[in-house]
Amino acid sequence: MNYIFYFLIVISIVFGAINGRLQEVVNSILSGAELSVKVAFSLIGIMSFWLGIMKIAEKSGLVEFIAKVIKPVTKHLFKEIPEESTAIGDIAMNFSANALGLANAATPMGIKAMEELQKLNKNKKSASNAMCMLLAMNTAGFQLVPATVIAVLIGIGYKNPTEIIAPTLLVTSITFLSAIILAKVFEKFWEPQKEND
Amino acid sequence: MFHTFMNVISLWALPVIIILILTVGLFKKVPLYETFTDGAKDGFHVAVNIIPYLVAIIVAISMLRASGIIEIASQILAPALNLFNVPADTIPVMIVRSLSGSAALGVFSDIAHTLGPDDYATKLAAIMVGSSETTFYVLAVYFGSVKISKLRYALIVGLIADFIGIVAAISVCNLMF
Repeated sequence: MNYIFYFLIVISIVFGAINGRLQEVVNSILSGAELSVKVAFSLIGIMSFWLGIMKIAEKSGLVEFIAKVIKPVTKHLFKEIPEESTAIGDIAMNFSANALGLANAATPMGIKAMEELQKLNKNKKSASNAMCMLLAMNTAGFQLVPATVIAVLIGIGYKNPTEIIAPTLLVTSITFLSAIILAKVFEKFWEPQKEND
Repeated sequence: MFHTFMNVISLWALPVIIILILTVGLFKKVPLYETFTDGAKDGFHVAVNIIPYLVAIIVAISMLRASGIIEIASQILAPALNLFNVPADTIPVMIVRSLSGSAALGVFSDIAHTLGPDDYATKLAAIMVGSSETTFYVLAVYFGSVKISKLRYALIVGLIADFIGIVAAISVCNLMF
């Protein structure tokens, strides 16, 4: 990440200068920083709501129940997570919310899952295998119906916008499965997590 | 028919989940109001915790987009991708979709409005945008919320999967439309 961060910024400045867009690049620092805070603050309300609802789900044993139901699938994906952790249940709810296209609910659930995984993590600064797997599942963006895209297509008078659903579902499934397989493969070959660094 | 069915699901998914969770809670004698407010108080901390990670990633990506490098990269890639029946208009979508969700949606809307519903580029862009999630944003929010700064292989996996997704979108679109 250190190199990526360095190169993103240096390339932008050098290229912006060559391209005669240095002023735009400099301005984008301010607008980008402002946007980040806006994004974070816009999350506060909905995040609080779903974290509250999730707490009820956890206390009532619902999360644990979901975890038990999907255990046969997840025990292969998340080997490190012990039986008693609610992380699996949170992960299952995060996945379901994503699949249904409920981004507002999915993010707090995913964060809840990350917090549970962090409790089990032996090095609090570095991502555990389980965290990398959860991230892979989320960056792949599995979704049954691409609602926003369909809304745009309807907006331009696309005659049969639902014909886009099947190919999108196929592509998103391929991406999702590849992400999971890749995460498993990298888990085997990547340098194991250090206790401290 | 399928479309209305899908609309019903999208409309009812959230209310049903909320009712289900509250009803199970009530049935199990969980103090609902107390537990809700107890859980909700973390919302502010989580949002504030992710700010440094969001600033790092969103500023870097805003700068990259402002520099105009994405347009140049698209022009360079155009002849090669043309061989695979990929219209030049869709190339910015491929580059931008891992970096910024709003930008990807913006470019897609632009293509859809200028080229219209019957164009192949509109369909390909729709599939590419609909099947992806903004890898860098997800990374900042999820790892930021628990203060993880050593990513190990997480980003590489995300980006390779994004690339596979692009290849899959091009192939599927070629076969179907």
